[in-house]
Amino acid sequence: MKWLLRAFEGAGYTAFLLGRAARFWFRKPRMAATAKLMYDSGLKSLPVVAIVAFFSGMILCLQTGLAVARYGETEVLGLVVAQTFAREFGPFMTCIILVGTVVSAYAAEIGTMTVSEETDALRVMSIDPVGYLAAPRVLSLTVMALLLTLCADLVGMLGGSVVASAQLGLPYGIFWDRALESLEGGEWFGLPRDLYGGLLKAALMGYVIAGIGCAQGLRAGGGALGVGRCVRRAVISSIVMILVISYNFSWLIYRAFGDS
Amino acid sequence: MIRLDRVSKSFGERHVLRDCSVEVAKGETLVVIGSSGTGKSTLLRTIIGLETPDDGQVLVDGQDVHELSEKGLRAMRARMGYLFQSGALINWLTVGENVALPLREGGRAPADEIARRAERALDMVGLAGTKDLMPGQLSGGMRKRAGLARSIVTEPEIILYDEPTTGLDPVTAHIIDRLIVDMKAKLGVTSVVVSHDMEGVYRVADRVAMLYDGRVIATGTPSEFRDAADPIVRQFVHGALEGPLGRENRP
Repeated sequence: MKWLLRAFEGAGYTAFLLGRAARFWFRKPRMAATAKLMYDSGLKSLPVVAIVAFFSGMILCLQTGLAVARYGETEVLGLVVAQTFAREFGPFMTCIILVGTVVSAYAAEIGTMTVSEETDALRVMSIDPVGYLAAPRVLSLTVMALLLTLCADLVGMLGGSVVASAQLGLPYGIFWDRALESLEGGEWFGLPRDLYGGLLKAALMGYVIAGIGCAQGLRAGGGALGVGRCVRRAVISSIVMILVISYNFSWLIYRAFGDS
Repeated sequence: MIRLDRVSKSFGERHVLRDCSVEVAKGETLVVIGSSGTGKSTLLRTIIGLETPDDGQVLVDGQDVHELSEKGLRAMRARMGYLFQSGALINWLTVGENVALPLREGGRAPADEIARRAERALDMVGLAGTKDLMPGQLSGGMRKRAGLARSIVTEPEIILYDEPTTGLDPVTAHIIDRLIVDMKAKLGVTSVVVSHDMEGVYRVADRVAMLYDGRVIATGTPSEFRDAADPIVRQFVHGALEGPLGRENRP
């Protein structure tokens, strides 16, 4: 029962931190720190996101293509790859990568500061660690998750189109026509629902997982061992939350408010 | 100025402070001594509101620190400085930025004045010319002095020192002790110092309090402590092997 209580306590603190961090964005925005974090943590993840997305697009297209080629339906590959990436795979894959590259680093950085009394030093100076440390990190990952997902979607489709053309004999033009056609419908601010749904989902995931990393770091205790423990908890909780958000957001956008 | 009234604090099953009471007068330097794990750091942390007591009151100028609103606690902390054991410098900021941090975040002064005051604080602790160094480039003693510069840059009325000389060589420890005395002489601050180092205690203390088993068991002047009759105080002050302290650790 103790672990359950601790889990609820942790979830409560994370929710509190996320609300408080968002308040600090407006009350005391730290744009320079946020921009630096966006570069340091987000943009530096771009190569790995691009590589994983490109190969994932290739694999998805090859496996699906080999199956549908038997029925002479390779033209659907553009639709399959575009829909899969825009709706689910882009945000999911990007955020899973961000958990490994960024969230774990947030938990380790802040956790180390906590066990070495640096966060206490901030409190003593009347500097709220949530405003000073967490708010810029949460904002930067929210924005970068969205931007990196957009890149992942495009690069994934590019990978798919290369395989469709080189291995399955589907011309680039047809692949991209089908891909873009499939994304039409349900426009909001000029963006098709499949695209903005995926991007908003990525932003929400980025917001939550950044909050988890920071909250775990701020609750770390017990020296180096405690820092390791907080990083592990941050990674596990973030992956679980990505799955929970992924399903629920899809349900919300396509079932509750959509027509699919 | 500071009064702890029957303060108790536990962490799980471990009772760290038990009905602990002690007072510090304005302008006084009180040194709290005691074996490791007797709650000295917890006592300091309750004074500045980093730990909330389970029972009892912590009063600063008659105001209960733990009854204050968030704004009230911020105002109270603005009157205090706290020197952490490790210095607790923010590792991605330069020494100068670390020292200027409380002024910059407080938003109370223009940038040139902040820079001037930070340099003056560094000068006071003997670290002039180090403002562009990173904390990783400093020795242990320099980190503590930089931490002290950050604590005094806001010109606080109260400074709390958590084991300021632990782990330092005797000369550096003496320099830090001299700084504590200077802070009192130059700025007239009220100080609470947690320490194991008896030589340092005699150098800086106006009054000494000994914590044992979470309680203050004796208070007095340094000379009274030197000649104490109480077997626990006597053993601690003289570092004697025989006595009631540390029995549980002996073979």
